[in-house]
Amino acid sequence: MLKYSELQEGQVLESLKKPAVTKVQLVKYAGASGDFNPLHTDDEFAQSIGMPGVIAHGMLIMGFLGEYVMQVAGATAEPTNFRMRFGAMTRPGDDITCSAVVRKVYEEEGKHYVDLEVKAEKAPEKVVGSGQATLRFF
Amino acid sequence: MDLDKSIVGLTGPEFTFEVEKRHIRQFAQAIGDSNPLYVDEEYAAGTPYGGMIAPPTFPIAIGAEGEGIDLKLDPKRMLHGEQEFIYTRPIRPGDRLICQMKVTDLYEKEGRSGRMQCLVLDTEIKDENRSPVVISRMNIIYRSKTTAQKVSN
Repeated sequence: MLKYSELQEGQVLESLKKPAVTKVQLVKYAGASGDFNPLHTDDEFAQSIGMPGVIAHGMLIMGFLGEYVMQVAGATAEPTNFRMRFGAMTRPGDDITCSAVVRKVYEEEGKHYVDLEVKAEKAPEKVVGSGQATLRFF
Repeated sequence: MDLDKSIVGLTGPEFTFEVEKRHIRQFAQAIGDSNPLYVDEEYAAGTPYGGMIAPPTFPIAIGAEGEGIDLKLDPKRMLHGEQEFIYTRPIRPGDRLICQMKVTDLYEKEGRSGRMQCLVLDTEIKDENRSPVVISRMNIIYRSKTTAQKVSN
C-alpha cells in the first residue's frame, strides 16, 4: 500500500507479472471492449496482412497497467490521469511484467499527488507499453 | 490525401451509455484483473470509493459504442499511438453516461519512417447532469500514403 510520506522520487515499486496472454483472453477482451478487429482474434486474417498470427489489443496491455496502478494505489489513492504510448506487439504466449518508478511527489491545492512512470515489458527492455499515471491521495 | 486542419472541432453524435455491473465484471475478467473494487459491493463500500467502480481503462469500451465521426480515414494508414484518460470521478455501475466524440487536434511530426500526421480524438464522457466524468483521448498516427505502403509490403 502506498504511503505518501514514504515515497521518494526515483523509487522503484514492486512489479506485477501477468500470466501469459492467451488467444481466449483476446476473444474475451474483444467482447468486453467492443474492439472486434479480426487482427486480434483471427489468425488467418492476421496472416493475410503479413503478421505471424493474432496480436493482443494495445488496450489490453493498458488494462494490465491499469490493474497494476490500481493495485499500487489500493485504498489510499485514486488515478486522476493515466496515459500510455503503445510499443512493440504482444502475441499469445507473451508474459507481460508491469513496473513503475516514482517520478514526482507533490502537493497541489492541499492534496497529495504522485506521478508514476509505468512500463509493460514482454522481456527485459522489450517495451510493449509505457506511460504515466497520476495518483491523488484520499 | 492528407488530413486537413478543418476537421479540428468536428463532433460526432451524442450517445448515452448505460454502465452495467456485468459489463464491468466481464471487462475486468478479460484483463485478468481480480481487484474486488470492480465486483464486490461489500468490499467496495468499505473503501474511500464507497461502492463499486469500473477499471480505469473501461472508458475505451464506451468509445467503441458510439458511431464516431466519419472522417473518411484509410484504416491502413492509422495507428493507435497513444491513449490517455483524464478522470474527474470513477465510473460506477448504474451510471447513465452522455458521450460525444470530438476532433481536438491535428498536428504534423517527423517520425522514423517519414512525415506523419497525428490526430487527437476525445470522447467526452459526462453524467446525466452534464458534470464531467472522464475524457478518453486517443492519439492516432496517420501515416503518409507511401510510408503506409512500405510498411505493409
